[in-house]
Amino acid sequence: MSLATLTSRSPETAALMERAVKGRSLWDDARRRLFRNRGAVASMIILGVMVLLAVIGPLLVPYAYDEINKNDVWVGPLTNGHLLGADALGRDLLARLFTGLGVSLAIGAVATAVSLVIGVAWGAIAGYFGGVVDEVMMRIVDVLYSLPYIFFVIILMVTFGSNFILLFVAIGAVQWLTMARIVRGQTLSLKQKEFIEAARAIGLSRMAIISRHIVPNLLGPVVVYVTLTIPGVILAESFLSFLGLGVQPPMASLGTLINNGAQDMELAPWLLIFPSIFMVVTLMCFNFIGDGLRDAIDPKDRWQSLSCLCGRGPPAVRRRSACSCPSSRA
Amino acid sequence: MLRFVVQRLVVAIPTLFVVVTAAFFMMRAAPGNPFSTDRKLPPAIEKNIAAKYHFDRPLYVQYAEYVGGVLHGDLGPSLKYRDKSVLDIIGQNWVVSFKIGAVAFVLMVVLGVSLGVIAALRQNGPADYTVMSIAILGICIPTFVTAPLLQLVFGSELGWLPIGAWDGGALPNLVMPVIVLAAPQVAIISRLTRAGMIEALHSNYVRTARAKGLPEFEIVVKHALRAAVLPLVSYLGPAFAGLMTGSLVVEKIFGLPGLGKFFVNSALQRDYTVVMGMVIFFAALVILLNLVSDVLYAILDPRVRLA
Repeated sequence: MSLATLTSRSPETAALMERAVKGRSLWDDARRRLFRNRGAVASMIILGVMVLLAVIGPLLVPYAYDEINKNDVWVGPLTNGHLLGADALGRDLLARLFTGLGVSLAIGAVATAVSLVIGVAWGAIAGYFGGVVDEVMMRIVDVLYSLPYIFFVIILMVTFGSNFILLFVAIGAVQWLTMARIVRGQTLSLKQKEFIEAARAIGLSRMAIISRHIVPNLLGPVVVYVTLTIPGVILAESFLSFLGLGVQPPMASLGTLINNGAQDMELAPWLLIFPSIFMVVTLMCFNFIGDGLRDAIDPKDRWQSLSCLCGRGPPAVRRRSACSCPSSRA
Repeated sequence: MLRFVVQRLVVAIPTLFVVVTAAFFMMRAAPGNPFSTDRKLPPAIEKNIAAKYHFDRPLYVQYAEYVGGVLHGDLGPSLKYRDKSVLDIIGQNWVVSFKIGAVAFVLMVVLGVSLGVIAALRQNGPADYTVMSIAILGICIPTFVTAPLLQLVFGSELGWLPIGAWDGGALPNLVMPVIVLAAPQVAIISRLTRAGMIEALHSNYVRTARAKGLPEFEIVVKHALRAAVLPLVSYLGPAFAGLMTGSLVVEKIFGLPGLGKFFVNSALQRDYTVVMGMVIFFAALVILLNLVSDVLYAILDPRVRLA
């Protein structure tokens, strides 16, 4: 019986039928919960604006990020057409901020993508193959885990020079470890599911099962971890830039801007304050979104979240304490 | 228990070996050498220097010699500071890093746990909100932002504290570096403690303790807190690593004569032996602390003892 014949019979039945047919998938539920989380939604909006500013912002400012203006050295905000003032070389801070924001976000995205590819492949293969393969691969992760990784990034940067692409790779290459662990754990439990057994029964190869059946089902925890990796990467880049090993001048990133601002802070505090605000807001947004996603996708550890201040604790706790937090009512 | 410790040590040794190997070959792959200057040295001098430090031998021989030296506790001479060995440099400067690190460590554990407990006891109350908001800020504001801001406010505007310098470790010089170093860790620890406490406070054994009519203080400290700090113990290792990277920044900003400066500068100047020494020193510390926290965890939580 098709929907059309139902509609002709009774609109009421049709409406009921439609609702029943539509159903709510896991992802619908997750989206609903995510959008009910005010902190996460606000963060997404702010972050969207930031990305937009990083992309089109440089076009809106009358100065280029590396344009040196001899007459504008250390001018304060709102003077000589510099909305946020200018630095020691008279370069417009707003233009440099937009560029730096773009660089930091790009590094965050690319390095996270690198860590995503390595981590997911590593974890899924180790988890699915199991046995000796798993043992060896995870032992390698254990060993790498106990290294003071920032030292290795520093040596890497010194070794191969501070080039842009290497910066992406170097940071990404040390961030994949946790991802690999998470993915392996998930794979181990997925492996036992019937649909994997079915795939094996119809004779799919192991790599095909991993890439077509395991990896797509890992999406939830991976997405959550990715949003929490991005701020980590941005922080790592800023940290390197702060030590003079990251992005090289005249290019800017939030880290180099903060570093330069800190050097001139007594003469020109705005050079420190504005980049710091951008940095903190960016990191905060990612953290809120990450926590919101975790609440949405994996509601069972909601009480560990950061974006929702109340309603933590197992369900028994929440029933007892009246809570006004939007996400806990979900 | 002894088996557990030995097992972990067996893993720790190859880890350290991997560290040494990777760092050695990465440093050697870097273009330039410790003696490359703007002006080219006469070939005869260059040859003499290379012979003195064995740079004229094949790389694998140098590697074997270095590892052999390390196994005998000899980290070699510094290539830039002519009259000092690597052990001298570490020996003369570790105290500064250790002092701020240790004070920050104590501060972060004490403050973090107390704040976490307070937040958990006043769950959803104003105290909880305040603590957790501060924690969010603490996590999101990086050290290289807090440090200059504190310098600006308390150092140059108010003039309460010295902006930098070590001054033999005088108390006023310690305040700002320690606060900056501890802040992010306090935030993380207070969140961990809060989550653990809330779970513990609603567990059955705490209800039993309440039913027996034990005083609240005893319930909180003796029963709930014990279970709540467990996840903290396994966080000790990563926390230490965090302190270490933090101290690279803090020492630079506050101009402290600690080890951080040597690491970055030596890497830039290709002072091979000093970089290697630092890597080994810190890697060994991190591995040791991970080991300690694993063992502590196993002692405190009998369920994982044989894992």
